[in-house]
Amino acid sequence: MSSEQTASRATLEAPLKPRRTRFEEFWRLFRRNRMALAGLAVFAAFFLVAVGGLALTSGSRPLFDPALIRLPEKLLPPLSAAHHRLLAPGELPVLGIYLFGTDDLGRDVFARMLQGAWVSLTVGFVAVGISVAVGIVVGGLAGFYGQRRINLENLLVTAVLLTGGGLLAAGRRPLGATVLTLGHAWLFWSISPWGLRRRRHLPAGLGLLRKNTLMVDTLIMRFVDIMLCFPSFFLILTVVALLPASIYTIMVVIGLTSWEGTARFVRAEFLSLREQDFVAAARALGVSNLRIIFRHMVPNAVAPVLVSATIGIASAILTEAGLSFLGFGVPPPHATWGNILSDGKRFIFDAPWLTFLPGAAILIVVLSFNLFGEGLRDILNPRVRERN
Amino acid sequence: MITFIGRSVIQKIVTLFFVSVVSFAIIHIAPGEPSQVDPLNPKFTPEMVQRFRRAFHLDRPLHEQYAFFYRDLLTGRTVSWKDHQPVLSKIWERFLNSLPLFVVGTLIAWTVSFPVGVRSAIFRGGIYDRSATFLSYVLISIPGFFFAYLLIIFTVNRFQVPVIGMQTFGMADAPWLFRLNDRLWHLLLPSILGATGGIAVLSRYVRSQMLEVESQDYVRTARAKGLPWEMVHYKHALRNALLPFVTMFGLILPGLVGGSVIIESIFSWPGLGRLAYEAILARDYPVILTINFIAAILVLAGTFVSDLLYVIVDPRIRL
Repeated sequence: MSSEQTASRATLEAPLKPRRTRFEEFWRLFRRNRMALAGLAVFAAFFLVAVGGLALTSGSRPLFDPALIRLPEKLLPPLSAAHHRLLAPGELPVLGIYLFGTDDLGRDVFARMLQGAWVSLTVGFVAVGISVAVGIVVGGLAGFYGQRRINLENLLVTAVLLTGGGLLAAGRRPLGATVLTLGHAWLFWSISPWGLRRRRHLPAGLGLLRKNTLMVDTLIMRFVDIMLCFPSFFLILTVVALLPASIYTIMVVIGLTSWEGTARFVRAEFLSLREQDFVAAARALGVSNLRIIFRHMVPNAVAPVLVSATIGIASAILTEAGLSFLGFGVPPPHATWGNILSDGKRFIFDAPWLTFLPGAAILIVVLSFNLFGEGLRDILNPRVRERN
Repeated sequence: MITFIGRSVIQKIVTLFFVSVVSFAIIHIAPGEPSQVDPLNPKFTPEMVQRFRRAFHLDRPLHEQYAFFYRDLLTGRTVSWKDHQPVLSKIWERFLNSLPLFVVGTLIAWTVSFPVGVRSAIFRGGIYDRSATFLSYVLISIPGFFFAYLLIIFTVNRFQVPVIGMQTFGMADAPWLFRLNDRLWHLLLPSILGATGGIAVLSRYVRSQMLEVESQDYVRTARAKGLPWEMVHYKHALRNALLPFVTMFGLILPGLVGGSVIIESIFSWPGLGRLAYEAILARDYPVILTINFIAAILVLAGTFVSDLLYVIVDPRIRL
């Protein structure tokens, strides 16, 4: 056998490197989808504008001051020049013209739009970050530990803890504190090694405590069903109206009311992944559950989550704009696209740019996220992959 | 079948109970109280506040308040804290206003999206398909309030008709034909706006269902044996693609109370969404909770109806 043959044999038997890496393959498919590519480009531009806008509009002497009121200059159309004689030198806009015109208080709409871009960006990303985190944890729990059963003792401890918390919230301080302490004592006792050892030979009456009731999966998915019963915009509106107005409230509330879809995706993915060979192999090697979940399963389950997160950002931006429009958004001196439009609607026939510019901005950004997300979905779908 | 119905009804009642607990908790644990809504009003003396709190059980612990509230709700005696009107009749009155919006909006959505979706699927990848796809993304992405103003400007400038409100003020003496015309113009824009999201989502869904069915073997067989193409598309493919949509009749039920807050406030339409909005502003807890409760019932009833319809329509599913 010549050395050449052994060499070719060796290359045949050695594991072959894929012709293209995963990323190259992804990029090759992605480039074909022109709408998704355009979405990505707009998204990148929006990101730059939002970050640049934050730098240009904040600080003590910003380049573009979104809050500077110039009453003689109100309701000027876009690209109109500032009246130099009427303004103090410090009040002049940067280029001497108002790129996007001025509003009814003579504030520079361009500066306000720049400020609003940052609000839209952070609301979208933080809200979706929260909802994805909650969704992965809840869905992962249901998918990975779903077959475990909850025994009566767990339920009782939870009930005691909840009652204690409820009593505290209702204003019965001493009683609530006692119940909470008792609940915690019970909890720690039952998970301490001493309690675990004791538990093996419980008296007959207390054996009832270990009776299995329902599955973790059932519990979690019923909870998801309950959350899905609330009409989401109405729920968000109620909570935002009751809590003090701030941008953080809105992010958290939008995030905490939109995780159900992610949770369902992750659960479905986990249910199929945990039956696969590589998970079984990892378990046979003695890898810990947490490492299996986060190192081996989550990366494989992330594709549908990524898609729903991208589309979730779009809908979070829309929700924030809707809330701002109704007057529940970020409090007034701060500009957001929703409240520029909401303030401008009174002048819709005299100053249409106050409606059209923010409206078009929201439309373009949300559209780019939606197109990008749908493009991702097409590419990550294995059936489409094989065809190309 | 009977066991399925029984089990799901019990399950849904349990879910409803938890929904009622959660919504009650959310609204009462949030800071602030309805008796503090108007602290600057000189008529709102501390004695008044005390009387108000006693009258609506606000001085009781939370679980008793919960029991009081749902006892009143289930016996139909809940009154609004704002004006002492019975909540159910208030909601019914507003519901009758929202109903035409819902019906016309749903009709528009379904009649537009089916032809569009089917045509996109048949001419897949063509210029029609691609522009319909892009347009449906635009419709999903456009903020409702922005689209509303675009439509208002267009309609008012082009057709010179008033569109805000349910009817033009002072038309009561006009002949009925004029009144009807006026009502229809007022109904048109909010219904179109209510239908936009539906058109976009539904037409995409019709398209994907249709594509799914078109790739099945029996469609290829039908084509191979030389049937005319309209027969292949409309008889063999479309009929089977329609199956999942029968169940969607159940899923549109929640839309009955989900009447859009934003659209109704733009058009000053005195519907349910606006009632909810006013109740939230006034912290009128009974109205908020009742609307929420009804919404939850409709969501649950909707999934139940759609499950049942699935069984009735699709003989392959057995229970």
